[in-house]
Amino acid sequence: MALLQISEPGQAPDPHQRRIAVGIDLGTTHSLVAAVRHGLPECLPDEEGRVILPSAVRYTEGGGRQIGHAALEAQAEDAENTVVSAKRFMGRMLADVAGHQRLPYRFVDQPGMVGVATRDGVKTAVEVSAEILATLRFRAEDTFDDDVYGAVITVPAYFDDAQRQATKDAAQLAGLNVLRLINEPTAAAIAYGLDQGVEGLYAVYDLGGGTFDISLLRLARGVFEVVATGGDSALGGDDYDQRLASALLQRAGLGTLEALSPRERRNVQTAARRAKEALSAATSTTVSFEIDGRAHVLEATRAEFEAATAELTATTLRLLKRVLRDAKVATGEVQGVVMVGGSTRMPVVREAMAALFGRPPLVNLNPDEVVALGAALQANALAGNAASGDLLLLDVTPLSLGLETMGGLVERIIERNSTIPTAKAQDFTTFKDGQTAMAVHVVQGERELVSECRSLARFELRGIPPMVAGAARIRVTFQVDADGLLSVAAKELTSGVEAAIVVKPSYGLSDEQVAGMLKEGFASAEADMAARSLREAQVDAERMVLATESALAADGDLLEAGGRTAIEGLVARVRAAARDAGEPRAIEAAVEALAEGTEAFAAARMNRGIRDALAGKNVNEI
Amino acid sequence: MDAGLSLQATDFALFGLPERFEIDLSALDAKWKQLQGAAHPDRFATETAAAQRVAMQWAVRINEAYRRLKNPLARAAYLCSLHGVDLEAESNTAMPPAFLMQQMEWRDALSEAGTLDGVEALSDEVMASRNATLKSLQTQIDGTASVDWRQVAGTVRGLMFVDKFMSDIDRRVDALS
Repeated sequence: MALLQISEPGQAPDPHQRRIAVGIDLGTTHSLVAAVRHGLPECLPDEEGRVILPSAVRYTEGGGRQIGHAALEAQAEDAENTVVSAKRFMGRMLADVAGHQRLPYRFVDQPGMVGVATRDGVKTAVEVSAEILATLRFRAEDTFDDDVYGAVITVPAYFDDAQRQATKDAAQLAGLNVLRLINEPTAAAIAYGLDQGVEGLYAVYDLGGGTFDISLLRLARGVFEVVATGGDSALGGDDYDQRLASALLQRAGLGTLEALSPRERRNVQTAARRAKEALSAATSTTVSFEIDGRAHVLEATRAEFEAATAELTATTLRLLKRVLRDAKVATGEVQGVVMVGGSTRMPVVREAMAALFGRPPLVNLNPDEVVALGAALQANALAGNAASGDLLLLDVTPLSLGLETMGGLVERIIERNSTIPTAKAQDFTTFKDGQTAMAVHVVQGERELVSECRSLARFELRGIPPMVAGAARIRVTFQVDADGLLSVAAKELTSGVEAAIVVKPSYGLSDEQVAGMLKEGFASAEADMAARSLREAQVDAERMVLATESALAADGDLLEAGGRTAIEGLVARVRAAARDAGEPRAIEAAVEALAEGTEAFAAARMNRGIRDALAGKNVNEI
Repeated sequence: MDAGLSLQATDFALFGLPERFEIDLSALDAKWKQLQGAAHPDRFATETAAAQRVAMQWAVRINEAYRRLKNPLARAAYLCSLHGVDLEAESNTAMPPAFLMQQMEWRDALSEAGTLDGVEALSDEVMASRNATLKSLQTQIDGTASVDWRQVAGTVRGLMFVDKFMSDIDRRVDALS
């Protein structure tokens, strides 16, 4: 691990010093970390030169862990203690995980999120993912011999609120400062957009192992705007393997895939996957597998493969056209199609795109790396390292958000494809005379019935003064932040009685749970928890001091002399606390006081920024 | 400190656009991007918590105004509310008989259309009628010095029915294709 850097007392490090910001593609089967070096994004390799880290964690005897390749190698002999594809369990209950019966784990269906019982206790996808994220964080710190300032982590566009929250919790657990969560297709488009530097409309066709995502983005005047998204969270390369496997079994008169034992089924599917990959380069290949102890060797052709999977490719095309229709865009208006995910190596998919758009898709970036590369570019920009005039990303909510109303119907509050951050309020009223409480049920999805949407959170607003039915005015406010995370508040207006509550989705971990996990002795945590939290508070304090000083340097003229002195006093107090206080709470209190004391200054600075933007000035020229 | 623009400014003032129905959509788009370029939380990722809170508030407000100005119906409804006329979209459903007749004819045509071509022909007809109504809305608002905002509100309510019908058509197109 990198050594901590210590600057001379009283001397802040150069505020323009480059910050180490990384992009992380936390994938279902594998994960990558990338960073911008010498002006270009690149994936960071481990000591053995491999950029891909298999998303696998094995809990070994004596409380140890193996992560990545080592875990994968041991998977066959120790399947139940080796968690792979944890992303599929992220923010999910057991019932939500399709095909969990076929997985070799002892699942624990606990409230909040499903867990896997390992020899080291029950682990959730958040903890498993945190191990992977921490491994990538250490890789970056070793590469740069410096602390990682912050990370952009990518999530599938269809990820709902619970899954996003869980991803953020995992990052926090891994000691990463999350600069932003961004959608995977958006990251891919950033990687291509900046690379090509061309303005216009782009479609991102992302076909991974188990999911299909489609996004439409517009790049204009340095702004990346996500116009519409769609897809199918249960369609991917694995389905292509299954279709080929079924077709081969049928041709050889060996029955159906479902009739095989689990072991044989895995065997045949693996053989089919290899054949699929071989058929991307060759027009025919041989497939061999064993059933009932007998070896079978079959010939498979590309034509047979394409016929067996034509329906799947057609489904992706239908979903793609639907997104275009949603956005009222004709295929001719699309400037380029970005291909993401290993499954887009299949020639049939590339040909389908070329036929639909009348131009070959963009494939010059490695489809496995492109998401991490885009995330690295965005992380670099967010950390303030990028040159002025760089891109701004305006993303959208992938799914509608609403409330349950009478009769189990959904009242949509925020429509899908709304640009984030966004907030919307709607007024509701009571149903019965004298009603003093109201149940608020928050759901996500496009269907009319609550039962067909995903339940995100439930809470009760209590203390409504008794009134006749329909007299109360309950304002429910939905807010989605720039990470795509939702918070909901409810408030009774007429009586002047304020009863508001902000919820975190029921699948997300509470701050106490995260703190509890950290205390349980986490592999990535430093041995001494107290030292770690003190260090984090100091880093945060340093960050705030630098940010305030550069704000004062840029816009200090907005302040009266007294105002400036007050802020400088608060800064000095934060500095002193970071230097002298031996415990984090005193530092955090000083940082919070600084935040409160600079609220008006921040508002005034924003005003200036807005006014200059209206006057047509580029914000980077100010 | 300079007062400048506040979060309470009207959508039009926030975007520096004249308060009228017809607006330059490409200017709206350009202003939106300029404003978000100044206010978006991504621009403040390395700043203090206070700066991030302010950025969040402004970015939300800018997106709200953009969404309202971009949609002609929402824009017309907003102009009504700026002139003290509430749309009463939920409570006031009184519509002229001719309008209701046409709605019924369209609904019948949609339930009878069995092919994609048939639904798309209907879609074209409804869109043409919608565009003609939008045009008349523009005359009602921008064409006179003394606007009858109650009449405008009535036209907007009618268009809301039409838009609801258009989304039913879209659902049918999805089902048929």
